[in-house]
Amino acid sequence: MNTLPTNGERPADGTPLLDVSELTVHHGQLRALDRVSLQVFPGEVYAIIGANGAGKSTLLRTIAGLHRPTEGAIWFDGQDVTRVRPERRAARGIAMVPEGRRLFESLTVEENLQVGATYARKGPWTIERVYEMFGWMAERRSQRAAQLSGGEQQAVAIGRALVANPRMLLLDELSLGLAPVVVQRIYGMLPQILATGLTVLLVEQDVSQALRVASHLQCLLEGRTTLEGRPSDVTAEQVEAAYFGLARAGHEVQRESDSLCSGSTTSSRGS
Amino acid sequence: MQWVNDIIQGILTGGLYALFACGLSLMFGVMKVVNLAHGDLAVVAGYIAVGVIAVTHIPVLWSFVIVVPIMAVLGYVLQRTLIQAALNRGVLITLMVTFGLSVVIENGLLQFFTANSRGLGVNNAFITSSFSIGSQITIPYLLLLIFGVAVVVLLGLQYFLSRSKYGRLIRAVADDKEAAQLCGVDYRHVFGIAAAIAFSTVALAGIAYGMYSQLAPTTGTDTILLFAFAAVVIGGLGSLCGTLLGGVILGVAQLIGAQINTSDEVLAGYIVFLAVLLIRPQGLTARRAR
Repeated sequence: MNTLPTNGERPADGTPLLDVSELTVHHGQLRALDRVSLQVFPGEVYAIIGANGAGKSTLLRTIAGLHRPTEGAIWFDGQDVTRVRPERRAARGIAMVPEGRRLFESLTVEENLQVGATYARKGPWTIERVYEMFGWMAERRSQRAAQLSGGEQQAVAIGRALVANPRMLLLDELSLGLAPVVVQRIYGMLPQILATGLTVLLVEQDVSQALRVASHLQCLLEGRTTLEGRPSDVTAEQVEAAYFGLARAGHEVQRESDSLCSGSTTSSRGS
Repeated sequence: MQWVNDIIQGILTGGLYALFACGLSLMFGVMKVVNLAHGDLAVVAGYIAVGVIAVTHIPVLWSFVIVVPIMAVLGYVLQRTLIQAALNRGVLITLMVTFGLSVVIENGLLQFFTANSRGLGVNNAFITSSFSIGSQITIPYLLLLIFGVAVVVLLGLQYFLSRSKYGRLIRAVADDKEAAQLCGVDYRHVFGIAAAIAFSTVALAGIAYGMYSQLAPTTGTDTILLFAFAAVVIGGLGSLCGTLLGGVILGVAQLIGAQINTSDEVLAGYIVFLAVLLIRPQGLTARRAR
């Protein structure tokens, strides 16, 4: 994996906010992540793409502290947080919108936001500001979270993460189970969120959506990095190959079939 | 008129049963821990009260001022150590661990305090006296006091859970402890707080039973735990008002059973308990599980 097309010209001013190096995570016997590294610089929107089971959510959950890595290190804001408990990471400024929303279902909309704000850092986000951003929310504040539609729940989940005033927002599969129109609307909020100085690391199965919003992207396949770069620097073919694993499969086919037919498949990965 | 008297006695006794059930219901609702040592811990609280009264000569009715904090600390510590360790290994393990705790406590009490039963405030005038309404209805002051305490504790707890910041965190953690962690909430600490509250109510239950009847090392499992379970099941899990209702129904059923035949008292309570399990397994007040 050392022939990856890396991109030297990041819009960075030196130190990354999040520095993940050689992260390996096991789920029991299964190696969910295999030496994955990434650097996210302040103000970026970093997208992790990949198919089902590629290890995207595992990566995000490990960064949030919900999984323990078997190897590798996670540095946040210049400090090693690899062994720090998830609630302490939240206090240091990592907030996550988990896959499937995971609202507190027996609590009201407002109570969900209040829990998010309980151990909040200082910053621009308040419950009132979330109500301003999502116009419908204020008048439904005393409804139970379980009674909301999927898109509304997603908005509350984002609000719950924002009121903690994080430095970095982890978004896990925002589009999952939502209508395209709703997905558009939710991603449409991203500029407003970024304007307050947040850095975003998101996981998305919907590649075109990810390419639209990302300033940097990485593709995972079966726990390994298969592509990394800026959306403007990678071609659709490269993304497709990295996403479906055609490049790697191509190598293997090539190796096995070298004697049978020459040059049948060439790597479609850029160099 | 005899029936009216029985029903009043039943309702008031139900307050005691609701007090038994409160901590059990809370521990299950928040941590999903079925605490099989619940009754034994109430007995421990009662024995602590006996000791505290012997040493400090504090009036029996005020012994809770010392016993409740002791039990609250014990609850927090037990939750953060033994019960949390069991929870980390799976919910079923907590059943085995609390069962083990129950056996250890019971035998420890037998070893150090013998099988003799002891009461709290046996010669206290207030505890043994009662007042009459008309010629048929006799109400012991103690039972009225216990009922009042039960109502205050259960409604107060319900208010605390629905209105206060910590109550909100307790409900959030009960819903989804991982999501709570992502919000910066240390769920183990919140569990500890919930256990401390549960153990405080256990302390009140132990003291109340010690005054109402007699405490022996086996009282915890053969009376308090069983009645607590029955009240929780009848009322519906996770609802504190339901717990109060469950306790009252159990109390009334027992008194009516006793009226039919003295030996049917306990049996009548369990028949109601079984009937509720058959007809409305989610309890009288709880909504049906999704």
